[in-house]
Amino acid sequence: MNTPIDDIETGQAQARREALERTWADRPGFIGWLTTVDHKRIAHRYVATALVFFMIGGALALLMRIQLAKPENSFMGPDRYNQLFSMHGSAMMFLFAVPVMEAVAVFVVPLMVGARNIAFPRLNAFSYWVYLFGGVMIFTAFFLDVGPEAGWTAYVPLSSSDFSPGKRTDFWAQMITFTEVAALCIAVEIVATVMAMRAPGMTLARIPLFAWSMFVTSLMVIFAMPAVMLASTFLIADRLVGTHFYNAGEGGDALLWQHLFWFFGHPEVYIIFLPALGMISEIVQTFSRRPVFGYTAMVLALMATGFLAFGLWVHHMFATGLPPLGNSFYTAASMMIAIPSGAQIFCWIATIWTGRKALVAGRIATPMLFVLGFFALFVLGGLTGVMLASVPLDQQVHDSYFVVAHFHYVLIGGAVFPLMGALHYWFPKMSGRQLSERLGRWQFWLFFIGFNVTFFPMHILGLMGMPRRVYTYPSGLGWELPNLIASIGSWIVGLSVLLFAINVIRTLCRPRSAPDNPWGAPDLLWSVSSPPPAYNFEEVPVVGGREPLWPADRPLQVMTGLSHVRREALLTTTMDAIPATRWALPDPGIWPLWSAIALTVLFIWSIFNPWGVVLGAIPFAVAATIWFWPKRSQPSLGGANERDC
Amino acid sequence: MMRTSPLRWLLPAVAMLAAGGCNRVQSVLLSSGDQASAAGGIWNLMLWVCVPIYVFVLIALALAMRRRPTPAGTTRDRAIGRGLAAWLALVGALLTVLVTASFLVDRRINRVAVAPLQIRVTAHQWWWDIQYLDPDVSKRFSTANELHLPVDRDTRIELASADVIHSFWVPSLSGKLDLIPGRTNAMTLTPRRVGWYRGQCAEFCGLQHAHMALDVRVDNAAGFAAWRAQQLAAPQLPLSGAALAGEHLFESSACAMCHAVAGTIAGGHGGPDLTHLASRRMLAAGTWPMDRDHLDRWIADPQKPKPGALMPAVPLDPRDRAAIDDYLMGLR
Amino acid sequence: MNAIAEAAVERRDVEIVGDLSDLPDYNFGPTSLGWWGVFGFMLIEGMGFVLAIGAYFYLFPFEHHWPPVPVRPPSLLWGTAFTVVALLSLIPNLWLDRKAHRQELRPVQWGLTLMSVLGLVLVVLRACEFTALNVRWDQNAYGSITWALIALHTTHITTDVYDSLVLNVLVFRKKVDGRKFSDVSDNALYWYFIVASWVVLYVIIYWTPRWL
Repeated sequence: MNTPIDDIETGQAQARREALERTWADRPGFIGWLTTVDHKRIAHRYVATALVFFMIGGALALLMRIQLAKPENSFMGPDRYNQLFSMHGSAMMFLFAVPVMEAVAVFVVPLMVGARNIAFPRLNAFSYWVYLFGGVMIFTAFFLDVGPEAGWTAYVPLSSSDFSPGKRTDFWAQMITFTEVAALCIAVEIVATVMAMRAPGMTLARIPLFAWSMFVTSLMVIFAMPAVMLASTFLIADRLVGTHFYNAGEGGDALLWQHLFWFFGHPEVYIIFLPALGMISEIVQTFSRRPVFGYTAMVLALMATGFLAFGLWVHHMFATGLPPLGNSFYTAASMMIAIPSGAQIFCWIATIWTGRKALVAGRIATPMLFVLGFFALFVLGGLTGVMLASVPLDQQVHDSYFVVAHFHYVLIGGAVFPLMGALHYWFPKMSGRQLSERLGRWQFWLFFIGFNVTFFPMHILGLMGMPRRVYTYPSGLGWELPNLIASIGSWIVGLSVLLFAINVIRTLCRPRSAPDNPWGAPDLLWSVSSPPPAYNFEEVPVVGGREPLWPADRPLQVMTGLSHVRREALLTTTMDAIPATRWALPDPGIWPLWSAIALTVLFIWSIFNPWGVVLGAIPFAVAATIWFWPKRSQPSLGGANERDC
Repeated sequence: MMRTSPLRWLLPAVAMLAAGGCNRVQSVLLSSGDQASAAGGIWNLMLWVCVPIYVFVLIALALAMRRRPTPAGTTRDRAIGRGLAAWLALVGALLTVLVTASFLVDRRINRVAVAPLQIRVTAHQWWWDIQYLDPDVSKRFSTANELHLPVDRDTRIELASADVIHSFWVPSLSGKLDLIPGRTNAMTLTPRRVGWYRGQCAEFCGLQHAHMALDVRVDNAAGFAAWRAQQLAAPQLPLSGAALAGEHLFESSACAMCHAVAGTIAGGHGGPDLTHLASRRMLAAGTWPMDRDHLDRWIADPQKPKPGALMPAVPLDPRDRAAIDDYLMGLR
Repeated sequence: MNAIAEAAVERRDVEIVGDLSDLPDYNFGPTSLGWWGVFGFMLIEGMGFVLAIGAYFYLFPFEHHWPPVPVRPPSLLWGTAFTVVALLSLIPNLWLDRKAHRQELRPVQWGLTLMSVLGLVLVVLRACEFTALNVRWDQNAYGSITWALIALHTTHITTDVYDSLVLNVLVFRKKVDGRKFSDVSDNALYWYFIVASWVVLYVIIYWTPRWL
C-alpha cells in the first residue's frame, strides 16, 4: 500500500527539499559556471560544444563539395583541400561523434540509473575542459594554416617529418591526446556509474538498454583508445625526438601505424554506433508502448558487437598486401558482425510491430521519425559493409567513393540520425522545453532527402573508379553528374542542420513548460521534473522491473536516509544493486579547470619542445594535488571537522 | 509512415550507371581482366543477396508501422522468438555463402602467375616509374606513367614505393594493392580485352594525389612486341637544329638532374624517364594530353596545373623552351 | 501541447520502502567509487602496456638479430635490482592493505611512509636503469620501443610514488576517516598493478634480447 504524503509531512518535505537545494547548489554566476560539477550542466555544455564542432565540420564539407561540384575546379588548391578534408574527418570523429555520444550519456545515464550525480563529478568537469581546449586548439591551428593535412588517419610516412614538415601534424597528434584523455575520463565515470550507482533493485537484468549500450561503449573506449594514444605518441616521438617506430630504414615499419590506428579506429566506429543503438531502443520502446522485444538478445548483441569490433581492424588493410589466409579470417569476423546487428534490427521491428503506436498530435513523433530514417539508411550502409568485408571486392572499392558513401551511411544513418532523434527525445528533460515537432519534421525530411542525394551517387562514383581524397578530377570519365548531384545534396543537408539550430535556439528562448514525462517513457529519468533539480532525486528510487514508470499510475517506490546536507549518493552492489554505501560526492571546485589548463599547457608545450612533457608536468601535478586535497570548504570529503547530524 | 521504396534510389542509380558506366576506361563493373571479373562476380552475388534483404527489411518495417486493431503487447513474444531464431539462421547461412564465395574468389585472384611478363612499378610523389624486367639485361627498359600489357597473358607486377604509401589501382583490370616504403608487394594482371584503360593512385599521398594517374594500354601480342621493340631502341636523334639545341639545353640545364633519356648523358632518376616521352598519350601522370602546346606550358610552369609537384619552374626564355619542346617532341 | 495526453501524469505518488541512514559512508572494494576509479585506470593502462608489448614483438621480425648488431642487450644490474626491490615491496604493501582494512591509524601511517621510501628508492633505481640500456632511443626501432616500454612504466611509477607521498602527508596532517583508509587500500591495489606490469616488462626488456 502506498503512503500518501499528508499535510503534516508536506512541511517537512518542503524543508528537506530546501536543504537539498542548498547542498547541491552551484555557486552563483560565472564562478558557478566554471566550478560546477553537476553532470547535467556539464552535459549541456558538452553537447553544445560537440554540436558546434559538428556544424563547423559540416561547413568544411560544404566547401569541399563546392570544390568537387565540377571537374578541374579552381575554387581551392590542393593544400587547402587536404587540410579541409583532414580537419573534416578529425573534427567529426574526434570532436563530434564520440564526445557527443558520451555527452548525452553524461546527462542521461545517471538519471536513468537513479543516481544523484555521475561518478567522479570533478573528473567529469575536467574532461569537458580538456575536450574544449583540445578542440579550440586544433581549430585555432587550422585557421592559422597549421591544421592537419594527412587525413584523419594520418598514415605514415605521409605524416612523418619528411613529408609533413612543420607543426601541422604535431597539432593533429596532440589533438588526439586531448580528446582521448577526455573520452577515457568519461568512460571510467560511466563504467563506475553503471556498475556501482544504480538504484536499489536495478539488477543487471533491469538496466535500461541505453545504459547498457553506454557501459559496453565505455569498455570499448577503455580498450581501444590506448591504441591511438600509443600510435600518436610514437608519431610525435618520431617527428620530434628522432625515434624510428615507423621508419622502415631503421627497423621500424609503416604498417605498425595502420595496425595500431585501426585497432582503435575500427572499434571507434562502434563506439559511435553502440550509443545510437541504445538511443533507438529507448525511443522505439517509448513510442511502441511496450518493452523492447528480446531484452536479453539486445544486451548480448551489444556485447557481441563490442567484442567482435576488436577483431576486425585488418579489414581496413586488405589492400596493403597482408597474407591472404589472414585476410580471410578478418572477412569472416567482419561479416559476423551482421549477426548481432541483424538480431537488433529484428527485435526493434518486432517491438514496433507488436506495440501500440504512440503518436504526437496524430503524427509520428520526430524522435521516431529519425529512428525510421535510421532503418532505411543504416541497413543499406550495413549491407555495403558486408560487401566491403569481402577481400576481392574491398580491393576494388577500398579508398574509393564507394567507401565514402558506405561510412557516411553507417555513421550518419547509423549514428547521427538516432542522435538527432535522441536529442529531440531528451530535449524536454535537458532544457524543460519541447522542440517544435513541425520544424523537427522539416529537419528530418530535408536531412533524409539531402543525405541520400549527397551520398547515394557516391556509391556509383566509387564503382566508376573515383578515388577518395582527391581535390579535383578530370572530365570525361562520367564523374561530373554524380559529383554535381552530391554537391547539391550537401546543401540540402546543410539547410536541415540550420533548421535544427534554429529550432533549438527558438525553443530555448521560450519559457519552460515541459511536463515530467512528455512522451510517456518508462525509465527513471522521466520520474523527475523537467529539467531535473540539481540533486536529481529527492529520495533514492527503488526499481522492481525494467520499466519502473509503467504503468503510469503506479506509485514510485523510494528509500529515504541519504543526507540532505551533504552531497551523498547511494552505491549499490554490482550484480544485484543492493544498497551498500552512502558515498559522499565532492562539492564544486575550480581545480579541475586549473588542472585542465595545466594539462593544455603541457600538451601544447610538448609540440614545440619534448621537455615540455617533463616541465609541464609540474604545474599539472600541483593543480591535481590541490584538486584532491581535502579542503575545509568541502565538508563532503572530510574537510570539515565535524560531520553533519 | 515511411514512404521510402528502394526503387526511388535504384532508378536514378541505374540511370547514372548507364550514363557513366558505358565508360570502360576506369570502371569496377565493366571489367576487362580476369582479376576484375572475379571481383565483379562477387559484386553480383552480393547484390543478389543484399538487395532482397534490404527490401525485405524495409517491407517488414512498413508492415510494422501499420496501425491495426489487433491487441498490442508482449503476448506473442514466444512466437516472435522463433522468428528471431529463423532470421538469424538465414542471416548466418547467407553470410556463410558470402564468406565462402569471397574466399574462393580471393584464391583465384591470388593464383600463381603462369610464365608471366615481369614489371616493377615504383610509385613516386606523384608519378609512376615503370621498369620492364627481363633476365636478359639488354631487354630491360624503363618508362613512366604508361603501362603496356599483352592481352591474354599473365603479367606479374612488383609494387614498391620511393617515398610515401601509394596504391596501384586500374579498376577495369584488377583491385588495388598498396605500394609501401620498405616493402614489395606483387599482383598479377590478366587483361582480356584490347584497349586503353586508366588507373589512378588510390591511397592519399599528398598534395597531388589527384593528379597521379596511369595510362594502361592492353595490346595484342604483335602490337605489344612492336611497342616493346620501339621502347628498347634508342630514341631518334634530333633532326632539326632547334631540336639539337634543345638537347644541349636539356643536358646542360636543370632538366637532366632529374630526368633520364637513354643513350644520352641525361641520367637523372628523381623524375620520370623521358626516353620515349613523345610516344606517350598523357603528360605529367595523366594531367594533360601529350602535345607540343601542353608540353610547353608544362615546362613553363609545372606548378600551375599541378601545384606542389616536385618539378620546379625552370626559368627559360621562350626560345630556349621552344628548343627543348622540339627536342622532347622528337623523343618517340 | 506536444505531450502525449495519456502520459501527462504530473507527479506520482511516492511509497517509502526502506531507509538507508544506517549504511556506512565508506567501503572497501567495488562498493566504493575509489576502487572503480583505480580499476578503470588500471584497465586503460594495462591495455596501454599490452599494446606497447604488442608493438615490441611486431617490430621484432624486422631485424635479423634482436637487438640489432652491434647493440648489446640492456645490462642486467639495475633492472634486476629494481625488480627485486619491487617484488620485496609487495610484502609491506600487503601488510599495509590489511592494516588499512582494519583501520589502524599508526600502522597505516608508517606503512605508507615505508612504501613511499621504497617508491623513491625505485625511482632512483629506474634513473640508473636508463643509463644501462646500451641503446639510444634514436638509434633504431629496437632502441625506440625499448625506451618506450620503460618510459611508459616510468610515468606510472612516478605518478604512483607521487600519489603515495601526497597520501602519506595526508594521513599525518588531516583527519583520517574511513574514506582515507579506503583510499590507502586502493593505492595498495594500484601498487600491485605497477609491480605486476613491471615483472612482465622486465622479462621482455631484459630477457627477450638474450633468449630470442
